[in-house]
Amino acid sequence: MSGRSGFHTRLIALTRKETRQLLRDRSNLLVGLLLPFALILLFGYGLSFDVENAPVAVVLEDRSPGARDIVAGLDGSPYLAPVMVASMADAEALMRARKVDGIVRLPVDFSAARAAGDGRVQLIVNGADSTTATAIEGYVNGALQTASLHAADRAGVGARGGVTLVQRTWFNEAGNSRWYLVPGLLVLVMTLIGAFLTSLLIAREWERGTLESLFVTPVRPTEIVLSKLAPYAVIGAIDVVICLICARFMFDVPIRGSLLLIIFASLLYLIVSLLLGLFISGATRNQFAASQMALLASFMPAMMLSGFVFDLRNVPLAIQIIAQALPATHFMQLVKTLFLAGTIWPIVIKSCAILAAYAVLLAVLTRRTLAKRLD
Amino acid sequence: MSAPDPTVAIQGLIKRFDAPDGTPFDAVDAVSLTVRAGELTALVGPDGAGKTSLMRMMAGLLSPDAGTLSVLGIDVRADPQSVQDRISYMPQRFGLYEDLSVQENLDLYADLHGVPQAVRRERFGRMLEMTDMARFTARPAGKLSGGMKQKLGLACTLVRSPDLLLLDEPSVGVDPLSRRDLWKIIEQLIADERLSVIVSTAYMDEAERCAQVFVLNRGRLLAEGSPEALRRRAEGLTYVAEPVAGLPPRDVQARLIDDPGSIVDAVPKGGRIWFIRRPETDEAALRALLPDTRFAPRAPELEDAFMLLLHAHEDGDGTGGTGTPAHEAAGRDGGGDIQADDDAPVIVVRDLVRRFGDFTAVASTSFDVHRGEIFGLLGPNGAGKTTTFRMLCGLLPATSGHLEVAGRDLRTARAQARARIGYVSQKFALYANLSVRENLDFFAGAYGLSGARAQDRIGAVIDQFQLDPRAPSGILPTGYKQRLAMAAGLLHEPEILFLDEPTSGIDPLARRAFWRTITALARSGVTIVVTTHFMEEAEYCDRIAIQDAGRMLALGTPAEVRAQAGGDAADMNAAFIAIVEQGRVDDRQDRHAA
Amino acid sequence: MAAFLPMLVPILALIRKEILALVKDPANRTILFAPALIQALLFGYGATYDLTRVPYAVVDQSRSAASGEFLARLDGTGVFRRKATLASNDQIADLVDNGDVLLALSIPADFERRLSAGETAPIQVILDGRNSSTAGAAAGQIGTIAADYAASRGGAPPIVVERRAWYNPNLESRWTLMPALIAALSLMQTLLIAALSVAREREQGTFDQLLVTPLTPIQILIGKALPSIMVGLIQSTIILLIIRFWFQIPMNGSYGLLYLGLVSFTGAGVGLGLSISAVSLTMQQAMLYTFLIIMPLMLLSGLLTPVHNMPELLQILTYINPLRWGIDLVRRVYLEGAGFTDIWFDFVPLLVMMAVTLPLAAWLFRHRLS
Repeated sequence: MSGRSGFHTRLIALTRKETRQLLRDRSNLLVGLLLPFALILLFGYGLSFDVENAPVAVVLEDRSPGARDIVAGLDGSPYLAPVMVASMADAEALMRARKVDGIVRLPVDFSAARAAGDGRVQLIVNGADSTTATAIEGYVNGALQTASLHAADRAGVGARGGVTLVQRTWFNEAGNSRWYLVPGLLVLVMTLIGAFLTSLLIAREWERGTLESLFVTPVRPTEIVLSKLAPYAVIGAIDVVICLICARFMFDVPIRGSLLLIIFASLLYLIVSLLLGLFISGATRNQFAASQMALLASFMPAMMLSGFVFDLRNVPLAIQIIAQALPATHFMQLVKTLFLAGTIWPIVIKSCAILAAYAVLLAVLTRRTLAKRLD
Repeated sequence: MSAPDPTVAIQGLIKRFDAPDGTPFDAVDAVSLTVRAGELTALVGPDGAGKTSLMRMMAGLLSPDAGTLSVLGIDVRADPQSVQDRISYMPQRFGLYEDLSVQENLDLYADLHGVPQAVRRERFGRMLEMTDMARFTARPAGKLSGGMKQKLGLACTLVRSPDLLLLDEPSVGVDPLSRRDLWKIIEQLIADERLSVIVSTAYMDEAERCAQVFVLNRGRLLAEGSPEALRRRAEGLTYVAEPVAGLPPRDVQARLIDDPGSIVDAVPKGGRIWFIRRPETDEAALRALLPDTRFAPRAPELEDAFMLLLHAHEDGDGTGGTGTPAHEAAGRDGGGDIQADDDAPVIVVRDLVRRFGDFTAVASTSFDVHRGEIFGLLGPNGAGKTTTFRMLCGLLPATSGHLEVAGRDLRTARAQARARIGYVSQKFALYANLSVRENLDFFAGAYGLSGARAQDRIGAVIDQFQLDPRAPSGILPTGYKQRLAMAAGLLHEPEILFLDEPTSGIDPLARRAFWRTITALARSGVTIVVTTHFMEEAEYCDRIAIQDAGRMLALGTPAEVRAQAGGDAADMNAAFIAIVEQGRVDDRQDRHAA
Repeated sequence: MAAFLPMLVPILALIRKEILALVKDPANRTILFAPALIQALLFGYGATYDLTRVPYAVVDQSRSAASGEFLARLDGTGVFRRKATLASNDQIADLVDNGDVLLALSIPADFERRLSAGETAPIQVILDGRNSSTAGAAAGQIGTIAADYAASRGGAPPIVVERRAWYNPNLESRWTLMPALIAALSLMQTLLIAALSVAREREQGTFDQLLVTPLTPIQILIGKALPSIMVGLIQSTIILLIIRFWFQIPMNGSYGLLYLGLVSFTGAGVGLGLSISAVSLTMQQAMLYTFLIIMPLMLLSGLLTPVHNMPELLQILTYINPLRWGIDLVRRVYLEGAGFTDIWFDFVPLLVMMAVTLPLAAWLFRHRLS
């Protein structure tokens, strides 16, 4: 009775119970199925680092043809939308009012200085938004240098001894930020639904006293863990499919690696994420604490420290170590690679091994929180 | 003498917990006992006696700090799972999954216990029939009334025939009808399957049904034996008094219970007073105490023995943990100075109706309550008592009808009107993570008391209910939680006090103390509306109303209601069951006629 | 005043109780204040767009003095760190694929000859585009270095763009991000605390007890809102202190105005939380609803990506996001030293939100039937 067949019967019974509870509360389905879809749509369209047509005020104090030529280069940039302004004061007023994101100023002596090999253009950006400011600096620089080279060509001076960069960006030729944000969203969504859906499951049973009744049955802790995992894993698997379809067909993100591997890795991470929620739930035994912990332990680190937008290469060593301890970081690297770069086995094997290790560790820890003891 | 192996064998068992102040105390203190197989065994004792800890240890959910514990011949500490595979345990609050239906809950536990499909059909059929729930199999467990939940919990516990059944206070908060049903199921199973059952209970009439009774108090085993043997301990000490006409029985009872030097216990019952004298008190002293009242010896009951045992233990121990709270402080400045000068009722209810969708929770109910009256609202679980209560307190709007508390409808009344009522809700509803003192501070503030007045009142209720101000309220024993709730409800000296099942889960000792406080309050002019499942408590009320399925079945003094039930219904319990059952028959006939 | 006092006593009692319930448990205290501290430090260091370490590989087929000088300039920045010197272009793919290097440079064999001949010498740059922001930034820096290098060899004089950045001279992304965290980090927890506050009382049955006291809905509202607002402000203060004194980002505005803004912002967040709480019957519902809105609030606030990069429709949607205004307000006051006249418009949506959500919550207290 408590042998293998008992295990099966009990597991099926518990899983059926969890599934019924899941389906009865509509807010579960709302969070489990609708939220991921809404998120991926909202953020797929909403999140972008790509500055387009950024308004830039141009103050042309030097009205010589040479200066005009150079400034014309700004018009050619698809990223910038130059607006001619009469004076510096006007331009600053526009910038204060957030009407323009930057000011390009060609001083009165620009042409003369340029002829002497010292052409200087002043760029003023708003450092309060450093992302946009940095992007604009890059675009203005690029546009002006190109214009300068063209001008030199026309003048027949020639680019004597110049160095040109032949730039090739692998995996994301157009440098479209959506290509790396959308695969990252997959990580965020998996993290969220995992933690949110399961983080209350065990705490709720403690608070409502149902675990005490359950404990004094032939049920084994492992069966409780597995039964709480199964139905939510199904929901998560549906989300994986939704996210992949959106990524591929709505946002045209290429899938260069093996689709099968993406699905496998996503399911693996999903299990880690669900188990993390369950572990928090079992360890806190209290819905209030569990919800706070889930929020703090899942969402924010996954958003800020996993390499979703902030490149981990830029952070201090201590933070890198912490980031490397997050399962989300490894899944993030894997997903971006599988989407954009292809099936690169060393990364696939390393990441999957780490995720699998996390799954095992969390499963053991969660099982331990369900030891049949009230003291 | 080939006695079968004992079901439970306990030697010198100790379970230690940390008290709120960090000092350890023994919840179970060197208990040794043996439970015989195939019998019904009771654990009785006041709150905090260690009954639940003992049961949890038997179920392998708590590990003992010392001693040996073997259940069904298995050392529980070494192999809890083997025990759990063979026993069934129903905790005080059975963990039904409220979002699952009755049938789904049953299926779940049947699967977990590995009940074969073939056995299951017969078993379910019997359980559903015995619990009278066959009609409700599709209903979510959360939508069942308290009594039905308890019955379903029992059914889930009994989906298979265990080798040992542990029931922790199965009848707390259950009405007399459901309680009767519950016991029918248990007794039938014992008869049919020779089940070994251990039950903890606060009801002495339940303990009386058991073959073996263990009396516990504060972790100690005080006595054990058959009900008959225990009863004999009170032999010759028990009496019944007949109050002279016009004198309310509860006044005589109060006079007796206020003399703990001579009297162990006194309760009103069927218009008379049952009491126990101390062994050292002679009949002459009794006559001095009751000069104008006739009294005569009566046969002892288990409850008498229980009260004697507890009093002896508490006396021997000095400070009484469950002592009787002082009650005189409850009175307003000297007490009884509020004249019943206006005979206008304080609470007026006319044709009150409350519907939830197409379900009528309260149907056309009318009654009045006068100043200083104790008004009891009785009825089975789900009868509409709580709904009526919530409407009276202004927590729920009435669908139709007229409702007046202290001259207004509290739902639309300005806040000041609410300052005149006190409310103690069914389940403990104070802030569990705050200390007793912090809870009282809060409610004093919430009722607008501040400064010296707040301090005075808080000090007064702490003394009155013998509370420990520093104790975290969440881990107080049930009886103390209940006292704290009462204390919070009385802080602002309300004119009207609403008490929803205030004595559920409270031991007899604490219930006596509680009712002593209530009667003292009523005498000082406070109007009290109370619900209860202990029918003997209806005897304390001036008038009672019996509700079932939202309808009012009886209304009058306890004597009138007993009379309505028919001559042979001597006690309130029988009267209640008779009236509710008659009401249900009439209802069915009405529906047939319609 | 004398008439006012009796109204104050119950509110103070409620506030005291709420605070006690929040901070009584040491574990709860930790959960309320430690995360703000830890996250501020973690994200302060971790959330940066600034390149500090760019591992790269090089295939130098020229092996000349010219190429050596170019690479020396690159290494001299301290940002570019050579991870590998490769023999042939074939070896690049592995390193880039595995993420060992962010970029690879390939200098052709005729590099020096072309430069000496006055021709344009090409350097091939291969970038890992898996994070296109980083790749773009790295490419930009190499471009600048190459231009400088060419100029130093007497090439065509480039136009020098002298960049001056207002409020953030070195254009450090931390300066942009951290002030935003003052608002963003505290919002999450205050929202959840407010959302759970009434739901928890309903679940535990204490809310009925509260409703039968003479407390009016307005008093309950004030009693519930103020402690949550206080928690939010304390968290904001912790983050503010870390930013100011640990990361030493200069504060240019007035603390008074900053806190005025934070109070309105936190108030709007708490109003939202209490409204969620008032419609929820259980803690689970309250929590799920909170989670449901927290992610859009965060991602559509301008915290990570600028609001004006979003499609028009979404930009309009952000008008009802208190965090959008909160972040704008804090950044402007903290970094730009904006005065009230510069940011009054941030207050409008926040105050409107408070005016809608707080009375709504108060009304729901009594009218939400169980």
